[in-house]
Amino acid sequence: MSDETTDGPSGPVTTLATPIRLDFDFTPGVAQSRFLRGLEQGKFMGQRCSVCGKVYVPSRGSCPTDGVPTTEDVELANKGTITTYCVVNVPFAGQSIEIPYICAQVLLDGANLSFMGLIQEIPTDEIRMGMRVEAVWVEPDQLTPSLASVRYFRPNGEPDADYDTYKEYL
Amino acid sequence: MSPARSVRPVAVASFAQAPNLRRDDQHNEVEMLMPVIAEVFGNIGITKDDVDFICSGSTDYLIGGPFSFVTALDAVGVWPPRAESHVEMDGAWALYEAWVLLQEGVIDAALVYAFGRSSLGNLNEILAVQLDPYYLAPLWPDPVSLAALQARALIDAGRGSEDEFAAIAARSRKDALGNPKAQVAKDQTVATLLEDPYVVSPLRRHALPPITDGAAAIVLAAGDKARQWAPNPVWITGMDHRMETHALGARDLTSSPSTAAAAAAAGVADGPVDVAEIHAPYASQEIIVREALGLDGSVTVNPSGGPLAANPIMSAGLIRIGEAANRIASGQARRAVAHATSGPCLQQNLVCVLEGE
Repeated sequence: MSDETTDGPSGPVTTLATPIRLDFDFTPGVAQSRFLRGLEQGKFMGQRCSVCGKVYVPSRGSCPTDGVPTTEDVELANKGTITTYCVVNVPFAGQSIEIPYICAQVLLDGANLSFMGLIQEIPTDEIRMGMRVEAVWVEPDQLTPSLASVRYFRPNGEPDADYDTYKEYL
Repeated sequence: MSPARSVRPVAVASFAQAPNLRRDDQHNEVEMLMPVIAEVFGNIGITKDDVDFICSGSTDYLIGGPFSFVTALDAVGVWPPRAESHVEMDGAWALYEAWVLLQEGVIDAALVYAFGRSSLGNLNEILAVQLDPYYLAPLWPDPVSLAALQARALIDAGRGSEDEFAAIAARSRKDALGNPKAQVAKDQTVATLLEDPYVVSPLRRHALPPITDGAAAIVLAAGDKARQWAPNPVWITGMDHRMETHALGARDLTSSPSTAAAAAAAGVADGPVDVAEIHAPYASQEIIVREALGLDGSVTVNPSGGPLAANPIMSAGLIRIGEAANRIASGQARRAVAHATSGPCLQQNLVCVLEGE
């Protein structure tokens, strides 16, 4: 039964569109600026905690375990180990990479924090934990202070890493 | 027993705040907070491992990114895993949550902190989004215009004037000269301030809060722990917070019944008040809050300069509690009231009563 107090010519009002757009500046701060400036130079910059000795990349300027400032800058290797991964088979709006593709957590040599990277130049069914990979950068004149400077990671041909070397980072 | 009165003695043991700046473009939120956290612990010689609970107040709408309060925990260090909570409110409400847990005896000490930067986005737009989403937010009424409606109603009711707003701003800015963390500190006459152009009539520039990036932290501790840590613990004798309807048109904007109810529950009138730190971001609102708190002319209001001298959003209320506690700890006051507000036109209000030993 229709309710004449709520139904109009097009039925009851069920939705109301109120578009909202807010624009923000981003402030990376001291530590993240070092990381971003490193990317601009084609290298990964991290920071070491003076208490526990762990190296964070990217660092936000503090050790999340000890709560102390990370002041020692550390340049990391251009290669690392895949700790875990997934194969993306689902298309979604705005997708810029052809599916299927591999998204992996990469633990750079010398780092104690993994970060997400795209893996290319390998069939998706050959990806595995412990695989050794290296970063492929954009051309030098294309480098910017952004992770877009890293095109992707690819297998570097080294033997797989021993599980014990990355089991704490899963 | 009123739930708004302390049954277990709980004190402000330490307070710290970041310099209040128009724009801190050098540091991210974690880097802004770290020195504040280090100072609030360092003041009383403790570490993160000495508190049982961490509670913070902030909002992702200021930074434009999700879960910024989780990221902010990096400034404290949370290993071994800690009991932690967050409110999408000014840090004064985070302090309230910690105080309740302390009252229940669940914990003996807590770290409370707040952070926020008003400089990263358009604050007028961001604050419009907190309004009723169906009828108000689509109109994008900015907070200055809403405060101006309130100020106009106050003038029409014969309870405020532009001269009084200017006098409140002049007093606040002058008092801020004694506050090294203040953002706007000047000695100006009321006549000079009245030459300011209107931002939104009847509010001139000086009647508006500055736009501020800031952060603050307080350590709360119970009983003997507070006495052991702090040379002059400042006891919270009562605290309450109340809110009013979202519908601005349904409120009498010239009064603050939520402040009055919180003040009654927290026991403001139980003794003489020496100092009041009032979080009234607009000069006109100080008149309303002062009346709702029942303060007479003998009370020193906002000796720190108050929110007209620095209004770090999400921290400014917590700072009122810290500044009031500092007045008592330093012997300048024996009993103080701190007030915090949130929402448009003083919609939500928190009142905290503090006393020395």
